[in-house]
Amino acid sequence: MNQPIASFVPLTATLMDKHQESPGIFTLHLALNTSTPFNFSFGQFNMLYLFGVGEVAISIMGWQNNLLLHTIRAVGRVTQPLVKLKPGDQLGLRGPFGCGWPLEHIKGKDIVFITAGLGCAPVVAAINHSVENRQHYGRIVILQGVKHHNDLLWQTQYDHWQNTGNCQVLLAASEEYKHRYQWRLGMVTELLDFAEFDAKHCAVLMCGPEIMMLAALKQLAKHQVTDDAVYLSLERNFQCGQASCGHCQLGPFFVCKDGPVFHYPTVKPWFGLSGI
Amino acid sequence: MTKHFFARQHLNQLFNVLMDSGYQVVGPTVKDGAIVFTELARVEQLPWGWQEVAKPGHYHLTPSRKNLCFAWNTGPQALKPWLFKPEQPLWQAEQTEQGLCFRQAPAKVTPIAVVGLRGCDLAALKLQDQHFIHGPYPDPYYQAQREQLFIIAVNCAQSAETCFCVSTGDGPAATHSFDLLLDELEDGYLIGVGSEQGQAVFQQLTLGQQATIDQLDIAQQQLADASQQQRHMPDEHSLLKLTENLEHPQWQDVADRCLACGNCTLVCPTCFCSKQESTSDIKLQQAEQVRLWDSCFSEQHGYIAGKLFRPEIRHRYRQWLLHKLANWQQQYGRSGCVGCGRCISWCPVGIDLVAEAQTLLEGSPHESAHR
Amino acid sequence: MPPSKLAIAIHKLTSCSGCQLALLNQGIGLLDLLEQVEIKHFIEAGINHFTAEVDIAFVEGSVSTSEDLERVQHIRQRSKLVVSIGACATSGGIQALRNLSDENWLQAVYAKPEFVSSLQHSTGIAEHIKVDFELWGCPITVSQLNHFIQQLLLGSKPKPSGEKLCMDCKRQQQVCVLVTQQAPCLGPVVRTGCGAICPTFGRACYGCFGPSEQPNCDSLANRFAGLGLMPIEIAQRFAAIHSHSPPFKDQYQRWQTIHVREVE
Repeated sequence: MNQPIASFVPLTATLMDKHQESPGIFTLHLALNTSTPFNFSFGQFNMLYLFGVGEVAISIMGWQNNLLLHTIRAVGRVTQPLVKLKPGDQLGLRGPFGCGWPLEHIKGKDIVFITAGLGCAPVVAAINHSVENRQHYGRIVILQGVKHHNDLLWQTQYDHWQNTGNCQVLLAASEEYKHRYQWRLGMVTELLDFAEFDAKHCAVLMCGPEIMMLAALKQLAKHQVTDDAVYLSLERNFQCGQASCGHCQLGPFFVCKDGPVFHYPTVKPWFGLSGI
Repeated sequence: MTKHFFARQHLNQLFNVLMDSGYQVVGPTVKDGAIVFTELARVEQLPWGWQEVAKPGHYHLTPSRKNLCFAWNTGPQALKPWLFKPEQPLWQAEQTEQGLCFRQAPAKVTPIAVVGLRGCDLAALKLQDQHFIHGPYPDPYYQAQREQLFIIAVNCAQSAETCFCVSTGDGPAATHSFDLLLDELEDGYLIGVGSEQGQAVFQQLTLGQQATIDQLDIAQQQLADASQQQRHMPDEHSLLKLTENLEHPQWQDVADRCLACGNCTLVCPTCFCSKQESTSDIKLQQAEQVRLWDSCFSEQHGYIAGKLFRPEIRHRYRQWLLHKLANWQQQYGRSGCVGCGRCISWCPVGIDLVAEAQTLLEGSPHESAHR
Repeated sequence: MPPSKLAIAIHKLTSCSGCQLALLNQGIGLLDLLEQVEIKHFIEAGINHFTAEVDIAFVEGSVSTSEDLERVQHIRQRSKLVVSIGACATSGGIQALRNLSDENWLQAVYAKPEFVSSLQHSTGIAEHIKVDFELWGCPITVSQLNHFIQQLLLGSKPKPSGEKLCMDCKRQQQVCVLVTQQAPCLGPVVRTGCGAICPTFGRACYGCFGPSEQPNCDSLANRFAGLGLMPIEIAQRFAAIHSHSPPFKDQYQRWQTIHVREVE
């Protein structure tokens, strides 16, 4: 876990560039007002603060040209005005918080990334990292499910990962069938049947709706993947990021501190229960 | 522990020494029909001659048989609001010519000496210390006030109907975390020292004479009387089994009665949930981030991006009870319940935590909660 | 800083005009507010331009007459956002008590009832037009109104909060009147916003700010019965300022039909 550069009081960040990924989804490029290096792991998150409106937890997308990258979907009362900021505007930032993906620990293994829905930023960051460090990993399989092909946010990246990253990319749309080479109709979990990886020597990194992850876990078991190989990123109400405010609790865990990325066996007794 | 005796009329000397040492004295008084902890200037403000009648959903004061000032057990609050403040500004943001600036809100701290804390309150303090100080991110406001705290604890000489500290192992004796410890006898007090700071205050008291064996016996007998309690929380090992009963019909039964008003969590001396609110002035130049007490019974507690993780009252009661009694053990090494009974008496509809826990552990239908 | 001021209008339907005062009652703060907003229509402050097109229309009062209904539809057409303010606009107000009665009170109260023309029911405006935001309260407070405007200026909206009054009451360290006095306090089913004024003075909450999130009125009403309230007293407890709001109306209907006879 990387220690936060600002844990309690936000640090000023300046928006240097903004890039629209798809309707309602933007990547913000932020310059941090500090000389301290911003160390983070993929899968960790920051609390971004919009003046007078409030804070929101956003997972870290990456670090590029000395700028911090956050990809944000404008859905809530903070994120909607947040993505309307213009270059030069400022915001507050606390973080990084939580535990990220075990990208060091799984070196040498095949990696299966499984995501669904629109909020897959935590896993996309990890995919980018593993593709950039391609030589450290075995086969890389990327499974992404959406409702409709228009919902696919990272179309250009998928092509890039497949063509230059030497990854197997499998995409599924549950409500629409598009005649393109990589599209399948149905749930993302069904794509596992087509994925090429060594079930005995792999790591599965998942992020998305919990109901999807539950279904994926069942499929993975059929493919002889053990629980021990699975990591997942969970979402909860993060307000303090410091395991203090109590909102993000899941059984005995503070998801903001013990997660958001969990080794599945750790969180298994509490994962996927309704109303917990 | 060596104990000394001083006569009742000399209690004010303790107050004077504390005030002369720079402490603001905080202690119990009668306000709005309850024992309330507030700043005290004189010993006369203590609740002389009062004791409480506490039952599920009910609390009132009644004259006690003797003119004592610690003949009660609990009020709605004790120490928690003095350390973990109900409303705490965290930081301000300002739009300046140099851009957006942030500054931490200062901790407003004064040395306080709290008189009248009980075994349960001290057990709760220890748990809150663990949460607010000994975690990965010590809370600067809690910590600053905690370091300026002097504690005069009192051994309970009686128990209210709602007390069950014997079963949680936290009372009726105060055994740790205090600077000074009192036993209230009919004609005066036994005083014991629990820390160097306590010793420093004790040495300034001119009235100490060593307690007699008779006096010590009376104090022991009082504690034995206080140990006669009606309610018994199941032991910690049994409480862990609550996590196996996630679909017990009793969760819905209690949800039919539960108002989800959050009173139990806000009077609980160990509950620590908070939420943050952001405001700005109308000119949009100065903004503030404030932390407020929150409760796992609030609908927004489990809210994220249009989804409520605990949408129904039964889910939230289950969260409170499972966390307090079972999951707390994994987080902090012990149950989060210290047996003070506040959640029982201050529940407007009289839901009894102990009775619910017992019912939930009886004949549990073992169903899977998996979707 | 926003490029231009927000154009606002303050409208009144059937009401006591008390909520509009939240704008005027802020004293010196009004000067700061007027740097951010331009008031296009506000009869209580002497600005009369009913047909002005605005960014936000704050609407006070219930739809109680056919004229109210006509006005509220016009307001919707001329406003980007419609915000209901106060108990009348959000749930029909005190005057909605008439919705509960079959009796002809008009005849009993007015010498010439034929001169009074009103709709059968008094209702909140959301029953007639799309409402973008609701500010609950009787009356609403200055800080509620300002917080809304300030969030709008910042491009957002206030957090939805139906938090229960008990939360605010306990944060203020008030001693619970229900528990100590057995007072029939509505706090556990009423939303925060007033600052817990009544419990602060040792009185039971009577619900000015309307139903909270997930109000368990069944359980609270049962508790009132346990405290010794007669069914009609419980019914009346819920039938006050927000009698037309569904959770309170349900309790009124549940308890007012229970008749108690003395045992001989």
